[in-house]
Amino acid sequence: MPLSRDEVRHVALLARLGLEPGDEEIYAESLSGILQHIDRLQELNTDAIPPTAQVVEVAATLREDEPAPCLTQEEALANAPAAVDGFFRVPSIQEET
Amino acid sequence: MDPTHLTISEIRHLLDERELSAQEILGLHLERIEAADADVKAYLRLSTARAAEQAQAADRALREGTAGPLAGIPMAVKDVLCVKGIETTAGSKILAGFKPPYTCTAVQRLFDAGAVMLGVTNCDEFAMGSSTENSGYFPTHNPWSLDRVPGGSSGGSAAAVAAGEAVFSLGTDTGGSIRQPAALCGVIGMKPTYGRVSRYGLIAFASSLDQIGPFTRSVEDCALILQTMAGHDPLDSTCADRPNDVTRGLHDGVDKMRLGVPREYFEVEGMEPGVRLAIQKALNTLEAAGAELVDVSLPHTDYGLAAYYIIAPAECSSNLARFDGVRFGMSEQDAQNITEAYTKTRRKGFGAEVRRRVMLGTYALSSGYYDAYYLKAQKVRTLIKQDFDNAFAHCDAIVSGTSPTVAFPIGSRTQDPLSMYLCDVLTLGGNLAGLPGISVPCGMSEGLPVGLQVLAPQWREDTALRVARAYEVASDMRVEVALVD
Repeated sequence: MPLSRDEVRHVALLARLGLEPGDEEIYAESLSGILQHIDRLQELNTDAIPPTAQVVEVAATLREDEPAPCLTQEEALANAPAAVDGFFRVPSIQEET
Repeated sequence: MDPTHLTISEIRHLLDERELSAQEILGLHLERIEAADADVKAYLRLSTARAAEQAQAADRALREGTAGPLAGIPMAVKDVLCVKGIETTAGSKILAGFKPPYTCTAVQRLFDAGAVMLGVTNCDEFAMGSSTENSGYFPTHNPWSLDRVPGGSSGGSAAAVAAGEAVFSLGTDTGGSIRQPAALCGVIGMKPTYGRVSRYGLIAFASSLDQIGPFTRSVEDCALILQTMAGHDPLDSTCADRPNDVTRGLHDGVDKMRLGVPREYFEVEGMEPGVRLAIQKALNTLEAAGAELVDVSLPHTDYGLAAYYIIAPAECSSNLARFDGVRFGMSEQDAQNITEAYTKTRRKGFGAEVRRRVMLGTYALSSGYYDAYYLKAQKVRTLIKQDFDNAFAHCDAIVSGTSPTVAFPIGSRTQDPLSMYLCDVLTLGGNLAGLPGISVPCGMSEGLPVGLQVLAPQWREDTALRVARAYEVASDMRVEVALVD
């Protein structure tokens, strides 16, 4: 089933990917082509087949929760595009009332 | 012989005999990089200062008799493995300038064994690709034919070893990204069992598939690097706590071993006759060495690519959500609100293939489509794993080609994503089933290297390595360095 332009816009917003002129056409065409190949999965009857959630059988490996040195605030912020007063700076997420 | 053509054990011999120092070995490799990398473009950036310190330390350790097994051995690291203080970008513009505050476990263990890091190698952006053409920086060229791709996504690491620009290197394999470039560049490359090597400090692509592994010039070197990196790490809960015995029986040969030949792997779309012929010859060599070849079937092979291209993009769309322009990397600050800051940053920072896969994965996971795509793909993954379980009931290891084709011309597959995805049709089953797999060079077709793949049951790296070693001995194979005047 080919993707519509509306679906492309919806998915792009979910993925937080901006759309530039031409992008909708490119995604609609190339994703539809890939999905057409993927549709062959529907040929298989998998009603009685469990999904693979974990490919190797490994017991959860837990460790003691012991205090140990970690990154300093300076190290944690060293790659931040914008930092203020020891915090990451982000655009406002609430409208002013 | 030129020291940049040697294996780890051969270089170690030179070091132990004091014929060359670690600093001299380093210098020869930097000279080789200077001479060859303008053409090959295997490296994104060199870590010369770090390498000089490590080589100096190796020389000291050699003098004092405290040298680790990799003392003074020059290596290259794929640009998805974090090394403290060395710019690591996953081949992406969105991480330009990122200097990790810590070192990944796999690399740290090699450092602890004495290895010398030459630099960071090129790859497809976030390891998504089969040709290294999706790098956000530049394509890498195949040392055997500069107008062709080295394969991918770990193309820079494979090309570096093939061109004598590193003795060994590290890659990551999510659908074939170590084995396929190893095949196309004529070197050895191995993907371990899912859970064998810690992924702490690996920039994640698809977390249920990714594994770190080596590129080397001999099977013995491959076993040594894997043994050094492998084993439980408290920093990665997916890394298994179990015996680390990958070198067991390495030299025992294949006499009386049963090697499964999956008929479906010889009939895949686009299989080149020259590749099929080289593989057939390799199978004959193994048979002459005492192995018994048995026909096995992997009946869901035709569905592997479709399942993979739901599971891997779905996981990548989730993993790549962290690239939001807030904590690291590129950031478009000129935005009216936070959503616009995210969408602008990610549109600008990610390349076309990464955006395509994030879109595909987001779609497959979105409300109303999850059952039809992601759940379905995970069920088909179970069928594919059962195929391998059934096959391994009749054989010790599975042998096939690694790639259906030899290295293809740069630009020849970039317009059609499916044709690029088909490069991994013989390797991605191993990832879906969590198996260890190795590719060893097995001759040439059209003047370009062909790779023989050996897949083994989970945790049986020893079996895959043993078959590979037996082939290396029986065929008198020696990995050659390309691009030599």
